[in-house]
This record gives sequence, structure tokens and C-alpha cells, in this order.
Amino acid sequence: MSEPGTAHLRDDTLLSVEHLVVEFPAGRGRKVHAVSDLSIDIRKGETLGLVGESGCGKSTTGRAIMQLPSPTSGSVSYDGTEVTKLSRADLRRLRPKMQMIFQDPISSLNPRRKVGDIVAEPLQIWGIGTPEERVAKVREVLDACGLDPDVAMGKYPHEFSGGQCQRICVARALVLDPAVIICDEPVSALDVSVQAQILNLLEEMKERYGLTLVFIAHDLAVVKNVSDRVAVMYLGKLCETGTPDDVYGSPAHPYTAALLASIPKPEVRSGSEESAPLSGELPSPIDPPSGCRFRTRCPYAQDICAQVEPEVRDVGNGHFVACHFPLVRRPNEPATATF
Amino acid sequence: MNQPSPTLQTSTSKTGLAALGLQPVPGAPLLELDDLRTYFEIGAGTVHAVDGVSLKVDRAMTLGVVGESGSGKTVLSRSAMGLLRSGNLRQSGQVRYQGHDLIAMADKTRRRLWGTEMAMVFQDPMTSLNPVMKIGRQITESLRYHLGMSKSEAREAALVGLKSVGIPAPEQRIDEYPHQLSGGMRQRVTIAVALACGPKLLFADEPTTALDVTVQAQILDLLDHQRRERNMGMILVTHDLGVVAGRADVVAVMYAGQVVEIAPTAELFGNVRMPYTEALLRAIPKLDEASHTKLNVISGRPPDLIKPPKGCRFAPRCPYAQSKCRNEPPPLVESSTPGHAYRCWFPVGSDQGSTQLPAPVVREPAPDPAPDGAPKIQPTPPPKAPERRITAVERSENAPENPNE
Ligand SMILES: Nc1ncnc2c1ncn2[C@@H]1O[C@H](COP(=O)(O)OP(=O)(O)O)[C@@H](O)[C@H]1O
Ligand SMILES: Nc1ncnc2c1ncn2[C@@H]1O[C@H](COP(=O)(O)OP(=O)(O)O)[C@@H](O)[C@H]1O
Ligand code: SF4
Ligand code: SF4
Ligand SMILES: [Mg+2]
Ligand SMILES: [Mg+2]
Repeated sequence: MSEPGTAHLRDDTLLSVEHLVVEFPAGRGRKVHAVSDLSIDIRKGETLGLVGESGCGKSTTGRAIMQLPSPTSGSVSYDGTEVTKLSRADLRRLRPKMQMIFQDPISSLNPRRKVGDIVAEPLQIWGIGTPEERVAKVREVLDACGLDPDVAMGKYPHEFSGGQCQRICVARALVLDPAVIICDEPVSALDVSVQAQILNLLEEMKERYGLTLVFIAHDLAVVKNVSDRVAVMYLGKLCETGTPDDVYGSPAHPYTAALLASIPKPEVRSGSEESAPLSGELPSPIDPPSGCRFRTRCPYAQDICAQVEPEVRDVGNGHFVACHFPLVRRPNEPATATF
Repeated sequence: MNQPSPTLQTSTSKTGLAALGLQPVPGAPLLELDDLRTYFEIGAGTVHAVDGVSLKVDRAMTLGVVGESGSGKTVLSRSAMGLLRSGNLRQSGQVRYQGHDLIAMADKTRRRLWGTEMAMVFQDPMTSLNPVMKIGRQITESLRYHLGMSKSEAREAALVGLKSVGIPAPEQRIDEYPHQLSGGMRQRVTIAVALACGPKLLFADEPTTALDVTVQAQILDLLDHQRRERNMGMILVTHDLGVVAGRADVVAVMYAGQVVEIAPTAELFGNVRMPYTEALLRAIPKLDEASHTKLNVISGRPPDLIKPPKGCRFAPRCPYAQSKCRNEPPPLVESSTPGHAYRCWFPVGSDQGSTQLPAPVVREPAPDPAPDGAPKIQPTPPPKAPERRITAVERSENAPENPNE
């Protein structure tokens, strides 16, 4: 059985994840194979969009990068440092460089503390700056996030809407001057109009503070909007990675194609009744299919797909796919399999 | 995967309206809401959750109801079915099912129509499924109660029902509990439960919001298929414009408890008149737009439903608002296209209305990031700061204006 490999990894990256494996005990000696031999990388200033349906291992990947918890095996290297091998003290020193933002902004803010204290807390924990400097920094990041510091600092989270709470979370993540922010479904709980505000805000902050972002989401259109590169995951594995234009414009992996075809678009559909491109259900990550994990639902699966795990390979211009029979697009035709 | 759905009524006893001795009023639509108002009295005042909604649904059609959270979609569908029960409820207007007013009906009478004439599928299957009851029994109970089936008849019918909603191995699944199924399979079961007694009207309140996109497509296909097979009317409630675009015949857009625009689906998306609908469509990231396209935001947030603005409810956020908008509530008026109505004094595309909102902007690529600094507080990076996109309206939302949230 072959391995996915790392053909798609690049030089000159800020964050590089290689052969990442995360397993959780599932009782009776079984294991949840949450992430299995995943390799991805990010250059400085890039936004990597991580997409896939729930349970495919996106959050686990994000947390493993943060060493929360550290992975079962594999390497995470940040700016040349192997993070998985760091001593606790060294890891602690690195922590401020990487921050996370989560889906549910309201529950990730302590309801009993004032917003000014919530945002200042990381500075206190790390013992950074004098009290005056802290206040100045808190005011700066709140202001950058579109909140009036004079009004916001003295209030409690419940006095703000969901969108404003997400702004507070972004401010709190920025206060330590991180290099990388891992955003785990940061707009999934928000209404469309608020979602647009937060996406614009993240783009602005990336520009202003020179951030590198890992943007995790299940909404493909949202991911396309913010990403410089996209990685599609299925059941703990990387399916495909490349620029948004390549991955969305000519998906090479049958799963990516099915995902894209499933999205309801705000334009009128022409009558045909059956439109679901994928049937069947996600297999259990406790006992994932052999070979290609997508094979139980793949319309193009062949015998080899059950026997040999597909290796990640280049289909041109830094567009990589893990599939024995990648799709190619002929002009004016939907993508079809090559054999 | 969708099997043809045989009719499940094997019993001869009367059900639904007929059991109440009522006949459908000739010529009446399947469901008609007439100036429906649903208010809640709370300590802080009266929540105008649904405020004067009139709608019609016929058999075989899907009415899509779309709007952001808090716009009143759930309260609307629950009040239409008569499911709301609370001491602080104040309702007025009419809900006519085949010509009979449900609001005027006694609770006990109305309940006879649930399941047999109208049914509901909720967002979270676990709210409608009983976690400690086997799946089969959740279907057979209502078959036995409403249709008077024997135990074995009901089990047979439940198997057929589970099969028709695409549950694989129904003989095995029928004796399982909800937690043994995936989210998508559970939603199929709730659909089987809702359809068991052959309703003519189905409310689906965000039926796919909790599901992944590939499963969502399957469930929407299933609902569509069942609606056609059974000639049902369907009210599909969602916050996702994409979902209604593909599935509804007519779409009603809700804002702050009111329908602000309604039209046949193609007309709505092709010829938007109401600025809120337009703004919503523009706020959604599109697959065919370049990465880093700046999204159009709708600044501010929906109004407090205890004290809605006295003029147009969208006026505080509307880029086209004028003084008339702030003072006089626009009525729902018919456009020149049949079936297309909107609430707006200065509709999109009219002379007085919008000229054009700004075209999409692609953001500049990120400049080279500043080198990593010492673990000291950095001053704000020098003004390569982007132009502010936070408007005055948005900033003022810091003021405590909405105690609701
Ligand atoms: N702490 C945990 N213990 C056991 N299983 C877990 C744990 N965290 C995640 N998993 C499982 O790992 C898989 C991947 O989960 P997750 O990374 O949360 O996916 P995603 O974020 O893509 O929805 C899922 O099957 C999930 O149930
Ligand atoms: N029982 C209730 N008491 C008071 N207010 C309520 C009640 N139910 C709903 N509301 C309010 O009515 C408005 C509409 O709610 P809802 O119909 O659930 O919106 P949607 O389904 O569009 O998200 C909201 O402001 C909500 O807070
Ligand atoms: S063709 Fe084979 S390798 Fe490719 S996605 Fe399908 S099952 Fe996997
Ligand atoms: S009535 Fe005025 S404020 Fe309301 S939507 Fe129309 S233009 Fe905007
Ligand atoms: Mg997750
Ligand atoms: Mg709702």
C-alpha cells in the first residue's frame, strides 16, 4: 500500500505540516482515525483554506498545529522550528505567535469579564507591557476591529451581538501580535450580512498586521473568498490542493467535484428533480475504507482504489490531487474521469 | 434512492378535515395567511415577531421563506400550523386551511389536523424524534392514532415509509433508536414521520441547516420528490438564498417580521426590487467571483422588534433611504409582473431608486509582512492601514439599542 507522500509541499514556507496523524481512542482498543498522514504547508502572508464536510478532520488539524493536543505522529514546523519536539518552556514561548478563533464567538468569551479585560488578558498572562501599554494595545486592536474602545471596553459580552462578539474574539487574537491565526469556522454561526463583515475584517487584519491565516470552513464559497490556497479534506485525508481558481475551476478529485456540485447557488435551477451528486454516507473514521477513503462513494472507483492509496500528484501549476483517476476538464464539458 | 411512495392510508376511517365533518371550501387555496400577526408580550414590551403577513400556498407548489435569523420565519410557520402555545402570545389575522380558519378553531380540533392535513419537519431531527423510542414506533403511533391501523398494518406501513425516504435496510433500522443514525438518516426519519399520515401541506423549517452540503442536496431532493409524488404544498423555510433558488416556485423574503418582497423564483432573482433582497444577495460570497473580492456588507443590524422603526423597517440600514422612508411604512405593492410584490418607496431599478451599488472590488495582494518583533508591545504598524470599511452606522451599533440580543 502506497502513501500519499509530500510531492505538493513547497520550499520557503512559514508553517509546514508533514505526515500528520491524529488518532483518538474509541474504546475496546479501537481508534478514531481523525487525521491520517496529512501534509500541508503555508507561506508567510498566505491564507490556506481548509475545506471538507464535518468530521473530516479540519478542527483536529488546526488544533494539532497548535499542539492542542500534539499529534499522534508527524511533524509541524513553524519558521524552521519543529514544534512537536519543543520542550514545554520553548513551546510556551512560541504560543503567542499562533492564535485561534472559533465558531461560537459568544461562548468563547468569559461572560463575567468586561471586554477590555478579556482582550487584555493574553497580555497579562504573558506579562507583556506596562499597564498603560496594555491599555493602549487593547484600544488599538479594538479600534482596528471596528469597535469603539471607549464604548466597548467597559461592557460585557452579552451586551454585544454575535457579529460584534466575533470582532472581540479577533481583537483578542490580535493583541499578542501573532504571526499565524487559525480561524476554525469563524463565520459559520453568523448571518449572511454579518458574515460579510467578519470576512472583510479578517482580510483587513491580515493586510494590516501581515498575518498568515489557516481558514477552516465547510462553506466553499466563503473559503474561496478569503483563500490564496485551498486544501480539500475527506475522512482525515487530503484530496486536493491548489489555488482557489484551479481547485474550484477544474476540480481534479471526484470528491471536490461532488462537493462543488452539491452547493445550492442563488440562481434558479432548471427543474431536474434529482440533483444530489453524491449518494451514501460518510464511512466511520474508526474503520475507514482501505486504499482511497473516498472509494465507497466515488462514481469512478476501480479495483485499484480499494487496494492502493493514491499518491498526491501534480496535475499542473502546483495543483495536486490524491486520486488514481483524476478528473480533467475538456473545454465546454463538465469534468470527467481519465482512465 | 427515492422509492415511489405508495399511499399509506389503508383504513377506511375518516381523517383530517373529513373527520371533523368539514369539507374543503371550493376554490380556496390550500393555505392562506391573511394579515397574520403574532406578538409576544415580554417584560420589555411587545415583540412584533410576525407583523402582518399575507401569503398563499397551493398544492404541489413550494413556497420558499427566506430571511436572516430573527426575521420571524419560525414564528410564522409555527403560527400558521397553530403550534405556538404560550400565555404571552397575541395573535390576529387569519390562517385558512382549505378555507377554514385555524386560529378560530379549538385547540383540540386543530390538533386532529396535525399529521393528517399538515405536518412539520424541523431543523434538528432530535427535537421532533423521541430519543428513547424506537424509530418504528415513532411512525406507527400516529398511524394507529389517526388512521386506526392495527399494529401489524402500521408496522408494514412504517417499513414502506422508511423505504420511501431512502433509509437503507429499513427492516433493521425500524427497531433502532435515533442516536444510532447519522444526522442525514435522522432527518430522513423525521420526514417519514411527518409524511406517515399523508399530509397535504408540509412545513420544513430549516430542514437542512444542520447538515453537510452533500447530505443537504440529498434531503432537498427527497423533499422535492415527495412533494411531487404526493401533490403536497410545501413551505420551505431557510436562511439560505441558494436553497430557495433551486427548490421554490415562489420566494418570500422576510425582514423584521414582515414579507418585504415576494415573487416567482426566477422573477425574484432576475429582477430584485427591494433593497434588502439586493443587499442580501450582494453580501454572499460567490463561487464565480475572484478570491479576495470585497464583500458588500449590510451595515448595522436588524431592528428591535419591540420598537420597530416607524417608517420602512430597513431604513436604518438601507443605502437608498430618504426621509419619506424614515417616516412612512411602505406598503406591499404589486409590481407590473404578476405575483411580484415588494415593500419599498424607491425600489431597485426605478428612477428614484438605486442607480447602482459599487461594483465588486478585488483587494490588493497583501504587502510584505513586517519582520517579527521582540515580545514587546508593537506600535501600530505605520499607515499602510487600509481605508476604513466600518461605517458610522456600524459604529453606532455599540450603543445599547437592542436589549433583545
Ligand atoms: N477528542 C476527540 N475524541 C474522539 N474523537 C474525536 C475527538 N475530536 C475529534 N474526534 C473525531 O475526529 C474526527 C474529526 O473531527 P474534527 O476534526 O472535529 O472534524 P471537522 O472539524 O472537520 O468537522 C471526527 O470523526 C470526530 O468525531
Ligand atoms: N416565545 C417567544 N417570546 C418572545 N419572543 C419570541 C418568542 N419566540 C420568538 N421570539 C422572537 O421573535 C422573533 C422572530 O423569531 P424567529 O421566528 O425564531 O426567527 P427566525 O426563525 O427567522 O430566525 C425573534 O426576535 C425572537 O426573539
Ligand atoms: S477514482 Fe479511485 S482514487 Fe480517485 S477518488 Fe475515486 S476511488 Fe479515490
Ligand atoms: S423604502 Fe426606502 S429605506 Fe425602505 S427599502 Fe425602500 S428605499 Fe430603502
Ligand atoms: Mg470542526
Ligand atoms: Mg428559525
